[in-house]
Amino acid sequence: MPKIKLAEKTVELIREICAQFNNQETELINVLHQVQHKLGYLPAEVQEVIAKELNASVAKVYGVVTFYSFFTMLPQGQHPISICMGTACYVRGAEKVLTEFKRQLGIEVGQTSADGKFSLSCLRCVGACGLAPVVLVGEKVYGRVSPQQVSKIIAEYQDGCASAQSA
Amino acid sequence: MEMINLTIDNKPIVVKKGTTILDAASSIGIDIPTLCHMKLHDMNIENKPGGCRVCVVEVKGRRNLAPACCTEATEGMEINSHSLRAVNARRTVVELILSDHPADCLVCAKSGNCDLQDLAQHLGIREIHYQGSQSHYREDTSPAIIREMDKCILCRRCEMMCNEVQTVGVLSTINRGFHSVVSPAFEMNLDHSTCTYCGQCVAVCPTGALTEVDHTGAVIRALSDPTKTVVVQTAPAVRAALGEEFGMEPGTLVTGKMAAALRRLGFDYVFDTDFAADLTIMEEGTELLGRLNKYLAGDKQVKLPILTSCCPAWVKFFEHQFPELKDIPSTARSPQQMFGAIAKTYFADKMNIKRDDLVVVSIMPCVAKKYESGRDEFAVNGNPDVDYALTTRELAHLINLGNIDFKSLPNEEFDNPLGESTGAGVIFGTTGGVIEAAVRTAYEVQTGKALKRLDFEELRGMEGLRKATIDFDGTLIHIGIAHGLGNARKLLEEIKAGHSEFHAIEIMSCPGGCIGGGGQPYHHGDVEILKKRQRAIYAEDKNKVLRKSHENPYILKLYEEFLGEPLSEKAHHLLHTQYFDRS
Ligand code: SF4
Ligand code: SF4
Ligand code: SF4
Ligand code: FES
Repeated sequence: MPKIKLAEKTVELIREICAQFNNQETELINVLHQVQHKLGYLPAEVQEVIAKELNASVAKVYGVVTFYSFFTMLPQGQHPISICMGTACYVRGAEKVLTEFKRQLGIEVGQTSADGKFSLSCLRCVGACGLAPVVLVGEKVYGRVSPQQVSKIIAEYQDGCASAQSA
Repeated sequence: MEMINLTIDNKPIVVKKGTTILDAASSIGIDIPTLCHMKLHDMNIENKPGGCRVCVVEVKGRRNLAPACCTEATEGMEINSHSLRAVNARRTVVELILSDHPADCLVCAKSGNCDLQDLAQHLGIREIHYQGSQSHYREDTSPAIIREMDKCILCRRCEMMCNEVQTVGVLSTINRGFHSVVSPAFEMNLDHSTCTYCGQCVAVCPTGALTEVDHTGAVIRALSDPTKTVVVQTAPAVRAALGEEFGMEPGTLVTGKMAAALRRLGFDYVFDTDFAADLTIMEEGTELLGRLNKYLAGDKQVKLPILTSCCPAWVKFFEHQFPELKDIPSTARSPQQMFGAIAKTYFADKMNIKRDDLVVVSIMPCVAKKYESGRDEFAVNGNPDVDYALTTRELAHLINLGNIDFKSLPNEEFDNPLGESTGAGVIFGTTGGVIEAAVRTAYEVQTGKALKRLDFEELRGMEGLRKATIDFDGTLIHIGIAHGLGNARKLLEEIKAGHSEFHAIEIMSCPGGCIGGGGQPYHHGDVEILKKRQRAIYAEDKNKVLRKSHENPYILKLYEEFLGEPLSEKAHHLLHTQYFDRS
């Protein structure tokens, strides 16, 4: 088992969040949500602290983290890109859009680009089916995205050098 | 108690409120097929995730089919357990499971003992009407257990055993949908986890997804190597269960046939772990009395209660979960390891055999013993005290390979000097047995008086946690007994909090003790089998002429010729061990 090597401050933060939920194992999902909200992701060491605080097994915590697609164990990029894979988006070409993002950023789903700027994930239906296919960058929503628009979207976040990153 | 009237397959029946349809049906001899469900009656162990839907039945007036294992019977229910609709649904479920299952039956370690195979047979499945992709997951091999998740049907029995019964918490279902598997945290391999290798997950897995590491091949090679002398030891619980593998009634003692079979397989000396169990009592009992007398003399520093240490899964459990208590258990090695150490020194010297030419094989009811025999501290220059630990099931396999008709074998005796044992050694095989054996010896050594009775009924039974007080001629000794690691945890928490009432505690990882070990013939959820094995163990004890470890003449000779006395320097070196913080 990897030894816990988190900063004392981080451990304190996690403990506080667990305490807010009375260290109840039944609140595991809420705790994970809060912790991810604060830390951005849920690495193994963090899950170990949560398990200890809630008196749950690490395997169980990991089970929940891997069950829900919105939990992530990897640090997110500065601009997390999420592609909706709900039915409506899927039939209108979300897969092709995803492939294009992967190609241009050179990363797979769940990974972060080497410069730490972008990370890529898939979502289940976000409820904006009228705009399918939908892409989110941070909080911003892009509708009716085509593979051709991908480079433009990426460029928006490239701090001034808009022409970079075209594979 | 409120009672409920209903009919199942037109048979009227009255059951207690709260009874499931499954239990109601089985009480009138109707066996509704199940797969994920498993219940160990009287042991408070039940898995009912309601996940597989193999047990569905038709309930009149209800639109959908009801899963019998997790639906309560209600007043006036009319149930048809084998309507066309129910049978079709059942078959569909099984076909769907099979469509994502490797068709490995012919070469699968579980073949002939697999609940899924049995079910497909029972339902007469001859064709799979569904085709889809098959999920694949890497195989995970540890020192004792192999995980082959391609064969997992996600019944979650193993999770229930590991989390609720053993409170080890190694296994959980991870990922989602098609990618779901049962796994340790972060998908690490079992040998990086806090797994104790108790094997209780293996004991309940309905398929070949969890099995023990097979060492039969290595043993056959050793047996056919003319330069090696191969000796074998058999644990107490094996003789009470091995017969089941050959169709004999559970609880049939096969001690004599087992010795005969081992001889026919070519082992040069057929010895008994029970001998080493007697030796364990000499060492552990002396340690217990040493600590107790210091305590009674007013020494408050002395560590009490003393905990037994024969169960390697239990040892690994406290090394991971309660490292701060690691100087409380007895330092005595387990009987398996004591045997190995004595065989490769005392016996090897006596017979003039070089250590490297002596192979020690043990037959164990246990999966964890495989792991234990591989621990570094139990080897000398890389040569282990015990070379191979086979399960009861593996021995049955060897006997079949040897073309031996087990049932018609004569009863034969163990060889000497390491084959002689007392009844005290035999009862190590059941929960309560180790501590009863210790009491028989400790009482007589402490009081200098002969025991008037040898059967300590107050220490026996099947409850998960038991306690008893034994009068040592005026001194009251408080004894605790736990089997199942969840029960052990409760006693450990008390010790940690500083308010344990006990002087001595026996702990066994497996429900029932070693008779219910992870390497025993599969019980398929039938607790009666464990009870029958337990009765067989006590019957064997009763049949013995000698029933106290300190009366075993070969043990006395061993001390005289070789060890000196219990806890001597040599005994310490060969028969005791130390524990590690693995947290
Ligand atoms: S062997 Fe025991 S501790 Fe290990 S996974 Fe199985 S049930 Fe859990
Ligand atoms: S490994 Fe075996 S016991 Fe565990 S969920 Fe899979 S099939 Fe069931
Ligand atoms: S109780 Fe017996 S069979 Fe079970 S792990 Fe312990 S020694 Fe092995
Ligand atoms: S046996 Fe009832 S749902 Fe699996």
